[in-house]
Amino acid sequence: MSRSSIRFWIGAALFLTAVVLMTQLIRNEYPFFAGYVILQFIVLAVAWSILGGYAGYVNFGTSAFFGVGVYTAVFLFKATGAPLAVQIAAAAIVGALLGFAVGLVTLRMQGIYFSIATIAMTIIIETTVTNWRYVGGAAGIQLQRPPVMPPFDTYVQMLFFVQALLVVLTVAIARYMQISWMGRGLQALKDDELAAECTGVPTLRLKVTACVISGALMCAAGAPAAMYLQYAEPSSAFNLNYSVSVLAMSLIGGTAHWIGPVLGAILLGTTQQLLTVSISSEVNVLVLGVMLVLFVVVAPEGIIGLIRKAGRKRAGDRA
Amino acid sequence: MMPPGGPDRAPVLRISALTKRFGGFIALDNVSVDIHPGERFGLIGPNGSGKTTLINCISGAFRTEAGTVVFAGEDITPLAPHIRTRRGIARSFQIPRPFKSMTVAENLMVALDFASVGGDFIPAAQRRDTVMSILTQMGLASKADLSTLGLSQVELRKMELARAMATHPKLLISDEAMAGLSSSEVDEVLDLLIKLAGQGITIIMIEHIMQAVMRFSERVMCLDAGKIIAIGAPAEVMANQRVQEAYLGT
Repeated sequence: MSRSSIRFWIGAALFLTAVVLMTQLIRNEYPFFAGYVILQFIVLAVAWSILGGYAGYVNFGTSAFFGVGVYTAVFLFKATGAPLAVQIAAAAIVGALLGFAVGLVTLRMQGIYFSIATIAMTIIIETTVTNWRYVGGAAGIQLQRPPVMPPFDTYVQMLFFVQALLVVLTVAIARYMQISWMGRGLQALKDDELAAECTGVPTLRLKVTACVISGALMCAAGAPAAMYLQYAEPSSAFNLNYSVSVLAMSLIGGTAHWIGPVLGAILLGTTQQLLTVSISSEVNVLVLGVMLVLFVVVAPEGIIGLIRKAGRKRAGDRA
Repeated sequence: MMPPGGPDRAPVLRISALTKRFGGFIALDNVSVDIHPGERFGLIGPNGSGKTTLINCISGAFRTEAGTVVFAGEDITPLAPHIRTRRGIARSFQIPRPFKSMTVAENLMVALDFASVGGDFIPAAQRRDTVMSILTQMGLASKADLSTLGLSQVELRKMELARAMATHPKLLISDEAMAGLSSSEVDEVLDLLIKLAGQGITIIMIEHIMQAVMRFSERVMCLDAGKIIAIGAPAEVMANQRVQEAYLGT
């Protein structure tokens, strides 16, 4: 294992230890309630950037993948009472299949066709679920949480931990993709698809693979949301806000490195939580918009771009 | 004229009855030609005559309506471009298409990662050596770790040839690698191509600069309106009346 890999896994272990310690030490429920949302956005943003960042194919269908994750969990829970782990695993499989289908159909074409198709997909799936009686239809469905498993005191604490595990899994996959041959191939096809093909890069296969992995992770991130809210309803599970927020988080963080969407999600997610508590949830959207415009103008390559620029400047000063 | 290597050697590339249409426009009309191993082949013709279309059909960027492309004995007509690259067909582009977010060395690394067999299992240091030896050959060693955005026009052309070379091609197609270069730069690139041909690589060169074509080519083919109007020794083709008419428009 390389030195940076060792550092990464030590960091991941420390992160998970801190999460477990939090669940044992903090009695107040609220930090977990808010923290869960931030972790969920980290998974979504990092997963989004696997296709949107590395390959440059903008997915407007985050909410579709998220909502499909939610409803896979709802369906399994209602039909079989499946445990949380099974709900998440099944959501990942469904997400992978959905990613494969959308990818195969639209990624043959270059440019914005994929983005348009993902918007259409969101509308189609939401409409379908809205008319699906078994999972509650438009009125939504109430869910009774099963008893919590030790060592956790409350279900929300457990979900917080589960989402933290998903963060580690997602970042590990995104990081692997970035530093491996796959990352170089995706970067090449993002720069120039024809030149990449003519240099031996199997562009379609790489794009579809990225779409499958990205879709699986986004669905997995959505699965625990049903239990988190104890309620699922199409217009919130498929809310366009997920797509917009995740896109903004990835772009504000910067997509050249996996840490970008992590930073973006923490920054925006925390801001949103603070605003929701202090002012109102409606102001969120406004702040999101303003921050996105600000970053597009001032730092088009996001926080990562700013850090790299500062690093180059320091190196330049030293020379 | 006998092709180099004698008449009984199998062609490395055999194009048979190739036709390519864009809507009602026939860009290539029943084109057939054999290219022999190690040959230096010049491809000329006025603008819009179908030269780049032919290259795109050979490298797989375009699907053809009719005809076949056989490379090293294998029918590659249905294969995607990246598989053709792995079989040994490399190309440069008329307008350079570098991977602009990468350094020069990284551009070549893409080729090593994807086009060479077992590329991922070669140790990093050895891969770097391979990249550097290609860049040295191309006179780009000092630019290895620069962004492609900082390269001059001639350096971009060389970078594209270097990236093509990193795929270990049997056939290299150079699409106007000298367009827009000064005469000393033209000589530089031409010397590079002749050196590569000396290593046994078959080269198809598209070019408008006639001195370069004459100096480089063992055989020249002239296209006009998607048809072959002349093929043979460079001097013969240049003297051909239809070639002169096509170029001068009389």
